[in-house]
Amino acid sequence: MLTLDNVSVNYGAIEALTGISLHVEQGEVVTLIGANGAGKTTTLRTITGLLEPRSGKITFEGENIGGKPTHKLVAQGISMSPEGRGVFANLTVWENLQMGAYLSRNKLQIAADMERAFKMFPRLKERESQKAGTLSGGEQQMLAMGRALMSNPRLLLLDEPSLGLAPLVVHTIFQAIDEIKSKGTTILLVEQNAHAALGHSDRAYVLETGRIVMEGPSKDLANDPRIKEAYLGE
Amino acid sequence: MPRYLRNLIIALVVIAVLIGLDFVFQGRMLNPYFVRILMLSGIAITLAVSLNLINGFTGQFSIGHAGFMAVGAYSSAYFSVNYGVNLANSLGGGKVGWVVALLVSTLIGAFFAGLAGLAVGIPSLRLRGDYLAIVTLGFGQIIVVFLNNIEAVGGARGYSGIPIVKSFFWIFLVAVLTIVIVYNIVNSAFGRALISIREDELAAEAMGVNTTRYKVMAFVISSALAGAGGVLLAHFDGYLNPKSFEFIKSFEILIMIILGGLGSIVGSVLGAIVLTVLPEALRGFAEYRMVIYSLLLIILMITRPQGLLGSTGPLKAWRKRRKLTAENAGGGPAAAPTSPSTVATQPERPAPGGENLR
Repeated sequence: MLTLDNVSVNYGAIEALTGISLHVEQGEVVTLIGANGAGKTTTLRTITGLLEPRSGKITFEGENIGGKPTHKLVAQGISMSPEGRGVFANLTVWENLQMGAYLSRNKLQIAADMERAFKMFPRLKERESQKAGTLSGGEQQMLAMGRALMSNPRLLLLDEPSLGLAPLVVHTIFQAIDEIKSKGTTILLVEQNAHAALGHSDRAYVLETGRIVMEGPSKDLANDPRIKEAYLGE
Repeated sequence: MPRYLRNLIIALVVIAVLIGLDFVFQGRMLNPYFVRILMLSGIAITLAVSLNLINGFTGQFSIGHAGFMAVGAYSSAYFSVNYGVNLANSLGGGKVGWVVALLVSTLIGAFFAGLAGLAVGIPSLRLRGDYLAIVTLGFGQIIVVFLNNIEAVGGARGYSGIPIVKSFFWIFLVAVLTIVIVYNIVNSAFGRALISIREDELAAEAMGVNTTRYKVMAFVISSALAGAGGVLLAHFDGYLNPKSFEFIKSFEILIMIILGGLGSIVGSVLGAIVLTVLPEALRGFAEYRMVIYSLLLIILMITRPQGLLGSTGPLKAWRKRRKLTAENAGGGPAAAPTSPSTVATQPERPAPGGENLR
């Protein structure tokens, strides 16, 4: 569905990604784990067109999307929940979700999608008319994910959804990821929380200083001694 | 009642009220000095509300509003002097002729100001951040230099002989139209996209909003409305001077919207009136006038950093309170929004403009 072929990205003279290749297939949850500064967010930003690759090819459903502006990708079926959540603080929860369906003109569809988001995160329903800036971190993350789903994406990109959240909330977020997957949406998940990410994904890539150093089924990686030592703290 | 019918009736009532007030004021029943300040307030409202669209709602910091105002003022004045008079005369020279001439003149002023907005906006709004502030500041300066050197519009001597239209009706019609236009934009899907750009540009982009295009559109509309404000000023005294469009004027409009509260239309109207009336009201203090004026502004900004009305208008706040009380009475799950924690977190998030001003 999504393929990165030998993609390199520079920030000025500094190379952030060195020829990474990865692929995400229909219906999968694929996770990208790695330490701070390994290039996880850079990878997502490159896929979503916020950064332009210096070389290499990015294809989505057979079409080259390298360097395509972000707002055009939404119409193609890619949706992103940005790093740091990026909810619209001065808009209400309801308005935030409406923004997620910005490109849709079908009011019935929007209403149905909104119901689905509220069903997945009942807390959002309780806070429907509250400004997003007054929500807790976990609720903001739920909102960011609910909002990203409002455009009915075929591919959902999640950037560090568990960042800075309480363990209980992290659990809720990952349950939601399982639920989204069970409804057929493909997910590319970028995470620092390797333990949770490996437990809720099909395959994983390990990034280190801009290179993919390991890849394979999540179960195998979770049992790999090197991963255990470097990322799971065992 | 169908919506368009209701809107039509409201429009007719507003026009009738304006004509009525116009009659009262033209009839010299009131002190002409008072009427003059009132009309200047009307022009200030047009400028402030239009600037609020780009600064308050879209969150792009423009500080060259006087430049666009100058473009509108001078282009319309040039038209009125060279063609407008003939146009009015050819239509019989009566009231109808002048209305048509003035209408064309206003449209020309708004058009050229919008065009200038497009020229400034396209290169500078492609970038995120504070570039727009720098570019608009430069633009404001360049316009003044140009006007000082264009002989056809009087250069540094100023442009005189512009047909005078000191009409309460005309000034407040433009002001009301500006308010209606901005209000409708802000409360539409387009407006929500603009506000989302203000809140988080990256996230807005991720929602499918073509942020560059929307920013430019908002900027052009804002500039065109500023141009219309300039048209009013050009025909108010029949004399224009490049000096009155220097960057001090831009800052005056900026202060109006910050004082009134960024992202609040009612606030902008209030700020425009207060800042037009205040210097006049303080005339009794003679040479201490500007000192007191500055002090008042400083005190106000310390006590209410989010501006008089912050990001929500009084009407919206009232509606929200009412809605919440109703939900509380129903004992529904929506009781949460009124919990003390909500109130407590409010001051941590100042008006959106606060972030721009850091």
